[in-house]
Amino acid sequence: MIQNLLDGVLTGSVISLGAIGLTLIMHMLRFANFSYAELLAIGAYTALVFDKLIEVLAPALGASIGPLSLTWSLSIAILVSMLVAGGSAILIDLLIFKRIRENADALSMVFASFGVALIIRNVITLIFGLKTQLYSNDIAFAVVVSRDPLLLVKPDQVFVLIAAIVMMVIFHLVLTRTSFGYALRATAENPQLAQVAGVRLSTMINRVWLIGGIMAAAAGVFYGLTNQISPLMGHTFVLPVFAATIVGGIGSVYGAVIGGFIVGIASGLALLVLPSGYIPAMPFLIILAVLLLKPHGLFGEARE
Amino acid sequence: MIGIVSYLAFFATMAGILAIAVLGLNLQWGNTGLFNGGVVAFFGAGAYGTMLLGGHPEAGQFGGFQLPFPIAFAGGIVLAGIAAWIVGILTLRLRHDYLAIATFGVAVAFESVARNAEWLMGGAKGLRGFQRPLEAAIGDNFAYALFFLSVVLIILAIVFIGLERVVNSPYGRVLRAIREDETAARSLGKSPSRLRLEAFVLGSMIMGASGGLYAAFYAFISPQDLAPILTFQIWAMLIVGGAGNNRGAVLGTFLIWATWTASGFLLARFAPTEVQLYTGSIQYILIGSVIVGMLLWRPQGLLPERIRPASTGTKVP
Repeated sequence: MIQNLLDGVLTGSVISLGAIGLTLIMHMLRFANFSYAELLAIGAYTALVFDKLIEVLAPALGASIGPLSLTWSLSIAILVSMLVAGGSAILIDLLIFKRIRENADALSMVFASFGVALIIRNVITLIFGLKTQLYSNDIAFAVVVSRDPLLLVKPDQVFVLIAAIVMMVIFHLVLTRTSFGYALRATAENPQLAQVAGVRLSTMINRVWLIGGIMAAAAGVFYGLTNQISPLMGHTFVLPVFAATIVGGIGSVYGAVIGGFIVGIASGLALLVLPSGYIPAMPFLIILAVLLLKPHGLFGEARE
Repeated sequence: MIGIVSYLAFFATMAGILAIAVLGLNLQWGNTGLFNGGVVAFFGAGAYGTMLLGGHPEAGQFGGFQLPFPIAFAGGIVLAGIAAWIVGILTLRLRHDYLAIATFGVAVAFESVARNAEWLMGGAKGLRGFQRPLEAAIGDNFAYALFFLSVVLIILAIVFIGLERVVNSPYGRVLRAIREDETAARSLGKSPSRLRLEAFVLGSMIMGASGGLYAAFYAFISPQDLAPILTFQIWAMLIVGGAGNNRGAVLGTFLIWATWTASGFLLARFAPTEVQLYTGSIQYILIGSVIVGMLLWRPQGLLPERIRPASTGTKVP
């Protein structure tokens, strides 16, 4: 029971990170972006490549940090992967979404995002193969927190939870304490008015994609660190991340964080009563429940 | 010679079955502007519904009611309609992308139940033991293939003509009016959410019919047949042919299905063995590129929608 709760919180932190980026993009560009979750996979695989590269160039960095399986080289690789995922998001927008946005309606964007997701996922499959991979092949031993009830925690899991929360706090400070944060919130609220106040819309859109990419890359690497990396990980995360944004209310960053934890914990607890094969359907049930009870989510506002 | 003819019959049967689903999607996306992200779930509901109602009983397996094919087929269609109604009633009043997310969710949920609920849907091994309609009476394989093809083509024709009539009726004009300007439609006393729900359920039932035919054709259905790629293929068929145009939908189906089959054949024949494992990925990239490329460069498709002005009744001289 407590073990399931704990695992749920952990998955929740990864979903929350992903949902922050998605909710921002959905709010700013007003379309459900089904290709967003592929940025998690882009981030995870970029980190894998740079981890190996840095380790070859500077073998000393291949050492693990304390009890973690996380190495110094992977820590640097995470930073690189954030930039690569953010850059990819901006590039995809420039090549595809921007051009469709200018000529067609929001539903064409949704449609295109499905196509983009399909392309990214399968290009990754072609490059890296279908088999799952790990950042480190060393066995990370779990620490027994308590014997009765049996409670196991891996050091990596603690690190991921703390790192995710630190990232959320930093983003909260950026949103509330910097002029960029004000501009971002203003643009999301009312793009026309923000432009009148001197905010450049195209810059804001690029920065939102960058933030989305950074969050997604972190989520992808964190997931890879505690589970495994596979070309299908984007596909696995599409629904949980959407469910988190809908629970929180589209456009609400804090709602996305809470929604992510709710989806993660609910899926963790569902394992107590359901075989694991049904877990992918959990986010869908959560979405239905939210639409039935509180269609605009916990913190969302009605908007056409 | 008979080999080529029977292959062509097989190809045309599959394309005809898929064309029915594409026509269903055209009613939703092309005419009403509803985004269905889980075509495969409604197709699957029809397929599994038909199999469960028309199949043979098996120990520890739900279904096997051995109903005559027309009744089993109708049952599958109704099942797809019920699923669509549930999703539609929850999402169609909300922001349009909720429908995309919820339908995508239906497909994921459907797949996870189909894979895991062995007693209900046969699990990963699927459902078999289905007596194809009139197979025993016809006997000969080749004759049966031609018979099945003609059944598919007749149903396709019925769906096509039916939808043409719907689209060109006042009802079809209201659907397009809602797609174009919901507020204006509402100001004329139309109820957008009810009409959307009707179009969504009807379109999904047509997809269910396509699934029922698919299951009957193979006399077998498993989660493998309902991979998410099917949704993408059906979209690609519609957008290539031309959303909003029923002829386009059928044309797009045959074009994309031919491209898909030919690319699979060429990759299997000429690609080096180590690439063979990734044939699927290459084809998926192809489908993704078709969707994105069409949206970028020719969003109206090969046969664009023809907007016919409503007849005014009396000609002004």
